Formats: sequence, structure tokens, C-alpha cells
Amino acid sequence: MTDQVKPQASVLANLDEVRAMIKRHKLNDSIFAIIGLVALMIGLLTLLTLFVDLVMDGYPRFNLDFMSEFPSRRAGSAGLLSAWVGSLLVLSVTFISAVPMGVGAGIYLEEYAPKNWFSDLIEINVTNLAGVPSIIYGLLALGLFVYILGLGQSIVTAGLTLGLLILPVVIVSTREAIRSIPVAIREAAYAVGATKWQVVSQHVVHYSFGGILTGVIIGMSRAIGETAPIITIGALTFIAFLPPSPVSAEPPYLNFDWLFSGFTVLPIQMFSWLSRPNPEFHINAAATGAIIIVVTLLMNGTAIWLRYNMRKKIKW
Amino acid sequence: MNMATQVLDTPDLPISARFAKNIKRNIKERVIEFILMLAAMSAVATTLAIVAILLYESASFFEHVSIVDFLTDTQWTPLFEDAHYGIMPLVAGTLTTSFIALLVAVPIGTIGAIYLSEFASHKTREIVKPILELLVGVPTVVFGYFALLFVTPMLQTFLPNLPAFNMLGPGIVIGIMVVPYIASLAEDAMRAVPMSMREGSYAMGATRFQTALRVVTPAAVSGIVAAYILAISRAVGETMVVAIAAGQQPTLTFNPMEGAATITAYIVQVAMGDLPHGSIGYQSIFAAGLVLMLMTLAFNLIGHATRKKFRESY
Repeated sequence: MTDQVKPQASVLANLDEVRAMIKRHKLNDSIFAIIGLVALMIGLLTLLTLFVDLVMDGYPRFNLDFMSEFPSRRAGSAGLLSAWVGSLLVLSVTFISAVPMGVGAGIYLEEYAPKNWFSDLIEINVTNLAGVPSIIYGLLALGLFVYILGLGQSIVTAGLTLGLLILPVVIVSTREAIRSIPVAIREAAYAVGATKWQVVSQHVVHYSFGGILTGVIIGMSRAIGETAPIITIGALTFIAFLPPSPVSAEPPYLNFDWLFSGFTVLPIQMFSWLSRPNPEFHINAAATGAIIIVVTLLMNGTAIWLRYNMRKKIKW
Repeated sequence: MNMATQVLDTPDLPISARFAKNIKRNIKERVIEFILMLAAMSAVATTLAIVAILLYESASFFEHVSIVDFLTDTQWTPLFEDAHYGIMPLVAGTLTTSFIALLVAVPIGTIGAIYLSEFASHKTREIVKPILELLVGVPTVVFGYFALLFVTPMLQTFLPNLPAFNMLGPGIVIGIMVVPYIASLAEDAMRAVPMSMREGSYAMGATRFQTALRVVTPAAVSGIVAAYILAISRAVGETMVVAIAAGQQPTLTFNPMEGAATITAYIVQVAMGDLPHGSIGYQSIFAAGLVLMLMTLAFNLIGHATRKKFRESY
């Protein structure tokens, strides 16, 4: 009897130890879960606080006058007119230059490129370009567009610079979108006698349109907020005029002088107000920042919503 | 479609004539392929142009300034009468702000990623992931505002000696700025670890925390390091936050309580002024840009080597 009890007791002692250990480990689990949640919340809530702070600071300037006035020496009557018009024009150049080039490159890399060193070279370049600091693009533009090509410190220079900057974004998302199209779709099109370009343009691009659009929106929203490269090319910070209108009432109706006009954009206007010591201008900067954030968040939100919805909808 | 109907509609033509359109079609196909290839080449062209411009302008810069001075001089005053061209103060500023940023971002980002990947419910993840992606898009000039007018004043309440322009505030803000990058990318890497590895670990009686720390994290380390590298690149190349809030004075210091210009802040400062094309000041921003580029490259190479060393295949 005693012989049997003894080992049992030791087993029980062990069991207690094991239970204690399990308890400890489970406690570790919960502790980490809390730490993790706190870490995530620090990241998210800090940003939320900052955004609320921005909106509250800029609140007094949220009115129509702010959008329709030129910058001024008096903070109270300064507005964003030249900045948002400039942003709009620069972004249109960016859109026209980056989208065809980026989508074309994405199509080439996914559908046409042979598997050789040349394609690898392009791939490596695209990956690396995505990691190049944006201010380097500004230096490229300053040397190449402004002086070698003689485009000056103009809207077209800024637009092309941002176009180059978002090119990797557009290329990568185009490729991802195209890659998700099953081969069967292509085979079916080939089987009825379509040429490669017919397959690509009428089927592959058609079905991946949503994904490509997502990438374009994300790229454009990045271009809106990008400041450093545009400062580097020497954009002016105080612009009290609008570029010449792109459309006119008389023939030839379209006018391209605006491409070579001086300009300012929203983030530069914000930076310029922020660098002034007078705190009244900081209110203007806050209001501008809030506007930029809302616009970029709306665009990014649309893009993310598009992507998640597409993932749900399409079942190949 | 056209061709098919043509073949069917004209059965009396010889077969070669019926397919004559193919040549035209083939040419069109070739031209399109060529145009698409040119578009793809734009990436290579951009890289080449960046390297060429930086090297070309830096070469003119180094005709006036010896590389030894550039690397050893402790002052950077290219725009002054008594010009010194030592890049070290700018590099020190860049390294200090980046280091503070990583000190903030790496722990928060990694823990956040582990939580998101291993602990959070499906629903939480579905909500938090898109928010992280959204935050990546917030423009950096806005973060500059926060650094100057929110974080620095806040820090000043318990660090009364902190000057208005300092490296601590911008460093912390850059850190918070890159948290979403690290959290999102590291989480992706952890999600990519096969479920069977977790199941194996759980079957041995490991808890979630043990599994996360000893199974999932080591297996995903390659992707996690890649996330860190991206964060470093962002922090080193970050411009607006430091240009706004870290001060414009190049000072050789690693003390975050002082203000100091970074490489990027210097480039902005010069570009804001009116420097004549071809002057030494103009060339100096390209030399600074070249150093920035090399630093980014160096971090990327280190990261690549680390990834290779720790990569686990499963």
C-alpha cells in the first residue's frame, strides 16, 4: 500500500508543478495580448489624436473664402486658391504621364517579357525605385527636367517628377492585378483565334481593371501629399496668380501655356505657412493639412474598399 | 473577329490571300510589344538618370572639394564666406533622427504585428489592417506639423530645456509614422508562415505566446527584416518632418536634445533659396543626395545579407 501511495504523491506534486507552469504560460499569453493591443493602440490612437488636433487647430479657417483667396501677408485673409489649382494641374500631368507608362510597363512585365536577364534587370529596377527616397527624385528633376531639358520650375516639371515617383506603385499594382487573372481566361481567348494584344487588351486588362485602378488611386494620393521633390525643383511658395487657363473661348480652345507656368501646391503652401514664426499662419497650415489628409484618406479609402470588395466578389 | 469573318466570307480566294491581313496584324502586334517594352524600360532609364545626375553634379562638386575634407571635416557651411564641406554633421543628424525613429517604431511595430497576426480575432484584423494601410498614405508634411506644434511642446512640458527645434520630437514622429509600415509588412510575413507549423507547436503543448515567439517569428524573420529595412529607408530619406521641426543648423552632434540639420533638410533649405545653377552650393545638394542614396543602399545591402543569413525555408 505505502509503496503505491508514494509514487502517486510524487506524481501529484509534479502535476501541481505542471499546472503552475501552464498557468504561468497562460498568464504570459494574456499579458502579451494586452501589451500587443496597447502597442497597436499607441500606433493608431496617436495618429488619431494628431489628426483631431489638426482639425481643431485649423477649424477657424474652414470656409469658402479660404478656398477662393490667394495667399496673403495677413494670415486671416490668406487662402489656398493658387495651391489647390496648382495641385490639380500638376496631378493631371502626373496622371497623364505615369498611368500609361506604369500600366504599359506592368503589362509588358507580366504578359510579354521573356524570362531572361533583361527582364530581371527591369524587375530589380522597379523594386529599387520604390525604395529611393522621394527627395532624390527631386534632385533628378532639378538636374534633368529643370536644367538639361530646360523645362524650368514649372507645372510640367513637377507633374513629370511626381509621375516618375509613383511609377513603381502603378507598375507593381498593375502586375499584381494581372497576375490574379487565371491562365484559363487567356487560353480561352487564344483558342478562338485572338492575337496576343487582343487577349491582353480585351480580356486581361479588362478583368484586372479594378486592381489597376486601385494602384493608380493610391499612387495619385501619394502624389498629392508629396512635398520634398517639388520643393527641390524650386517651386515658389508665394504665388498670387493662377496659371493661364487650359481652355479658352476662342480657337484653338486648348492652351498649353499653363504647363510652363510657375505654381505652388497644397503641401508646399502648408510648409511655407508652417515655417513662419507668426502662429496665426500655423492655423492656416493646420487647415491645409486637414484638407490634404481628408483628400488622401478619401482616395486611399476608396482604393482599399475597391480592393477588398473585389477580393470578395471575384471567384475564378 | 474581322479576320475570321473574312476567311469565311471569301471562300473562293486562295488561302494565302485570305490570310494576307495577318502580316499587317503581325506588324501591329510587334509595334505594340515594342511600345510596351519602352514603357517598361522607363524604370531602368529612371535609375540610370538618377545615378547619372547625382554622379555628374557630384563630380563637379568634388573638383572643388577633396573627398578627404568631405568625409573628415566636422563643419558643413557651404553657403558661408568661410566654407567648410564636411558631410559628417548632416550624416550625424540623419542617423540620430533615424535611430530615434527606429527605437520607437521597431518595438511598437513588431509587437503590433505579432498581436495582429497571432492573437487578434479575425474581425479585429479585418478592421485594423485597412486602417494601417490608410495611415501609410498620410503625407509627411502633416507629420512635420505634429512634430513642431504638438509633440515638441508636449515633450517640453517634462523636458523644459528642450529647444523648439530638436531631433527628439521629429525622431519620435518619424517613428510613429513608420509603425504602420512595420506592423503591416511584418504581419504579412507572419501570416505567410504555414498553419501546419503553428499546429505542430500547439500540439506539443505550446501556448500562443510561445508559438508566436519561437515558431512564427523565426520562420518569418526574413520578411520582418525586410519590413525593418523599408522603415530605415523611410526614416533616413524622410524630409519634411526634419526640415520643419529639427532645425536648419548643421551641427555635429548625436544628442537628440539639440537641433541639427539632416541631409534631406539641407537639400530643402538650399532648394528654398535662390542658388544659381552650377554654383558650388547647387552642386553640394547633389553630393549630399549622393551620400543619402549610398546610405539607403548600404542599409538595403545589410538587410539583404541579414535576410539571406536568417532565411528559413519551409
